[in-house]
Amino acid sequence: MTNTLKHTDFYDNEGKPAWKAWLTTTDHKRIGLLYFYSLTVFFLVGVLLGLMMRFELISPGKDLVEAQTYNGLFTLHGVIMIFLFVIPGIPAVFGNLTLPLLLGARDVAFPKLNLLSWYLYIGGAVLALSTLLVGDGPPDTGWTFYAPYSVKTGTNVSMAVLAAFILGFSSILTGLNFLTTIHRMRCHGMTWFRMPLFAWALYATSWIQLLATPVVGITLLMIVVERWLGIGLFDPVLGGDPVLYQHLFWIYSHPAVYIMILPGMGVISEIIPTFSRRRIFGYKAIAYASLAIAFIGYFVWGHHMFTSGMSGPARIIFSILTFLVAIPSAIKVFNWLATMYNGSIDHKPPMLYALGFIFLFLVGGLSGLVVGALATDVHLHDTYFVVGHFHYVMFGGTGFAFFAALHYWFPKIFGKMYNLKHATRAFWLLFTGFNILYFPMLVVGIMGMPRRYYDYLPQFQVPNVISTIGSWITTAGLIYMIVVIVKGIRHGEKASSNPWNGLTLDWQTDSPPTKENFDAIPTVTERPYEYK
Amino acid sequence: MEEHKPHIVEYLTNIYVWIALAVLTVITIWVSEFDLKLLTVAVALGVASIKATLVLMYFMHLRFDSKILTFMVLITMIVFLSLIVFTFIDYSYRA
Repeated sequence: MTNTLKHTDFYDNEGKPAWKAWLTTTDHKRIGLLYFYSLTVFFLVGVLLGLMMRFELISPGKDLVEAQTYNGLFTLHGVIMIFLFVIPGIPAVFGNLTLPLLLGARDVAFPKLNLLSWYLYIGGAVLALSTLLVGDGPPDTGWTFYAPYSVKTGTNVSMAVLAAFILGFSSILTGLNFLTTIHRMRCHGMTWFRMPLFAWALYATSWIQLLATPVVGITLLMIVVERWLGIGLFDPVLGGDPVLYQHLFWIYSHPAVYIMILPGMGVISEIIPTFSRRRIFGYKAIAYASLAIAFIGYFVWGHHMFTSGMSGPARIIFSILTFLVAIPSAIKVFNWLATMYNGSIDHKPPMLYALGFIFLFLVGGLSGLVVGALATDVHLHDTYFVVGHFHYVMFGGTGFAFFAALHYWFPKIFGKMYNLKHATRAFWLLFTGFNILYFPMLVVGIMGMPRRYYDYLPQFQVPNVISTIGSWITTAGLIYMIVVIVKGIRHGEKASSNPWNGLTLDWQTDSPPTKENFDAIPTVTERPYEYK
Repeated sequence: MEEHKPHIVEYLTNIYVWIALAVLTVITIWVSEFDLKLLTVAVALGVASIKATLVLMYFMHLRFDSKILTFMVLITMIVFLSLIVFTFIDYSYRA
């Protein structure tokens, strides 16, 4: 495989109209960008809904919307952020953009299937957003669609559930594609333990996508069957069991948390050695920790159900297993810190976002142990503490990892460089706003404020006001970051092919890469982070 | 990276497997006549698992393919089995 190819970058439409060249493309980089732009739009819709919720909660009673509208707001905010942004997020965008580059391949194993995944994603997204406009209004169940309420409510649950079902297919196909790519398309010399750690993280994630997603698919269809045909599966009135729904839902949705966070951890494992100029500490431990998180993550779903009437022995077992999953997570964090020790650390924006990830993920992870313990969970279940914990992991973890990846691979994808000074300022604004927004939620949760309520008692107002002000600062940080990125894309200075002096294969080709990624398929002779 | 070696299974082997599957189906029907109480589901799933294994190993050529594929299927089965067992830990001990 040493054939020489035509030297044009992947933005070249080769004489086709631009819309046709993009909408029929099978190039993994273009598909990655299609995901990137679509995800950004849905993320901003989710942010807008979140802002409206926070504004409503600035004081007790009605401020902006009616109670029923508020129920729709938090449901759609959850559905959009979880199913349209966080789950597909890093694998669909940065996995597609970089996996073949990291492996020294020309594309993913099934390029056409890759494009189909994007179309399924768009189909599911359109269906999810249609619930706003057609039928009896958006679903008001929360993103978890808990039965029996989801079976009984007159709102547009069936359509939202079908949307999630279609989105699940997109996720499965991406997972299948990446698994096959990693097994079959690594370049010469790239053994399993010479593979970059982002590829390892995607490998572990793909297994979860492939094995866990069908469970939620069939569960959501069961809701539709119960709603349309009246077959008693989850509704006790019809002879069903509502706790069974929770089991089936969380059998997928807890591993899905690892679909969300594992690729983020992979991104951090790329950035830390590059910006510390150090060989990664404990390469094999980090790689195995990804697999361990994926594996143990299958067996902890019951911790979402400690107060749902589950049996005592089951609760004890699930609590123990939940604590076990902290071990591989901690292995990664300690190894990142050990990598930085004595390193020549460069505080460029990707590194700042990576450090932000470690701090915020630590808060999210440790607050997770509080709700993973049986006794404390009884007090904190369904309070704002859970909302705070969840956002520290999902937004502070996956969100910041997404931004880290964006700032890290930006010069590779666009061939230009954003303004480093403004990107740094945007990070600090976002990081500050984030903590003002979400830390009060942990406090007000311990005080006893329940989640998903339109109204609250007057003693909860101060933390809520602080949190709402935090939401404005966070939004300002996001807008600042987007402006920096857009300006970088349009007017940024031309970037060199390897501006961060990275050693992985993605940095050994042009920026932006050629259509076929490499002029000749490379040969790997050592591990990916051998910084001297 | 991994080379694929084609393999042709003899007709006789396929026929033996087919007979085994038919016999196991008869056993499934025969066992359903008895009240095995808690073991009912376990026996039905056990026989079905043996049948699935035969299909995977011979009809789907897992036995003749790379060992890593067998390992992957095993992991999948272990995960699936664990999901059922953990769910039933709840149901078996519920007051």
